[in-house]
Amino acid sequence: MADRSELLTTREMAEFAARGILRFDALVPAELNERFLAEVGTSGPPPGNPAGTPLADCYRESVVREIVALPRVQGIIESLVGPEPLFDHHGVHFSPPSSLFEAKGFRVLSQHTHQDSTIDPRRAFDLQLFYFPHEVTPEMGGTRYVPGTHLRVVSEVAIGRYQNILGQQKVVCPAGTVFAFHHGVWHGGEVNRSDETRFMLKIRLSPTVRQCRLWNTDDLTEDTTAPRPIFAPHTFNDPDPNDVRNILMQPEPWHEFDTGRLEWMQRIRFWRYLVGDESADVDYWWTRVENEPS
Amino acid sequence: MAQRQRVMLLYLADSSLEAKVIAWTRWDGTGERTHMSGDSDEPPYPTGLDALLDGWRLFQFSTLRPEAPGEEFRTSYLKYEFAFEQLVDVDG
Repeated sequence: MADRSELLTTREMAEFAARGILRFDALVPAELNERFLAEVGTSGPPPGNPAGTPLADCYRESVVREIVALPRVQGIIESLVGPEPLFDHHGVHFSPPSSLFEAKGFRVLSQHTHQDSTIDPRRAFDLQLFYFPHEVTPEMGGTRYVPGTHLRVVSEVAIGRYQNILGQQKVVCPAGTVFAFHHGVWHGGEVNRSDETRFMLKIRLSPTVRQCRLWNTDDLTEDTTAPRPIFAPHTFNDPDPNDVRNILMQPEPWHEFDTGRLEWMQRIRFWRYLVGDESADVDYWWTRVENEPS
Repeated sequence: MAQRQRVMLLYLADSSLEAKVIAWTRWDGTGERTHMSGDSDEPPYPTGLDALLDGWRLFQFSTLRPEAPGEEFRTSYLKYEFAFEQLVDVDG
């Protein structure tokens, strides 16, 4: 069990519910980053584990075992998929400089935007840890991702024709940075225009417990999603960035006008699942359409 | 003189061409330019109408369909896709 102080806060969980992503810069110490890169360089990617293996039984011969055992990493994992998650699969993504391929006459293209695995309409979710063991510069073409897309139900790379989406992000980060992704976040690999090979380890973990209030809920109060005046000026002009309601209602640049509202409803539905309260709501979005007096 | 096609997909914030562009895609049949995922962070036009005003020909757009019963609140693919083309003269 992770120390309670290492678990995510309610504010961080709301951010995850709304955007599907949490970022932790330089979380893994330099010594472990160097050992990981040395291990990959000499022995190749760490051997995989059978799908469904408890994470605690994985990586017995790899430095990755020490990385996932870091107290903060444990806290992130436990907050999202519980204390005893299962290993699904991992991938060591390595991207050599594009110039090596272009010199041989190959056309180098970035990876199409996609959602991992396949159609997945669950409210339960898997966690994907993206670990960047070295600094990623803009030229290195880190992972491209679109915040807030995680609750869209699509079929893997069927979205590949969307080349660019307003608000898309590209990972630029210091060594040892870890991202926690909801499995549904739309993403893709960029072209590496630098002279260095880029590495990234992605680990997918699945829960064995109901994902309800697994984080540090000391700051979760009954009025976290209490009703408030709708369209009140202060919610637009001076929003409290720590108010869960504001976090859940924060629009993304790519939101369509009408389905952006559906995105808010999907976030609230996800929040209901996370807090275990099917009556939780923000700004009356579900209460209004569920109101059918008999 | 032969002709080649340039294709541009604009995804708009609602079903009107006047709506703002939220996603975009380009392919160049002349081979002059290579477009790919993630190649630009700013849309080529602020709205669909701006593309028309710049000479692009609209040849297809998505229809409006009622949501499937029971799926009214589900979100999935981008809804408002507008396909444009330019015909470009090339040698050959």
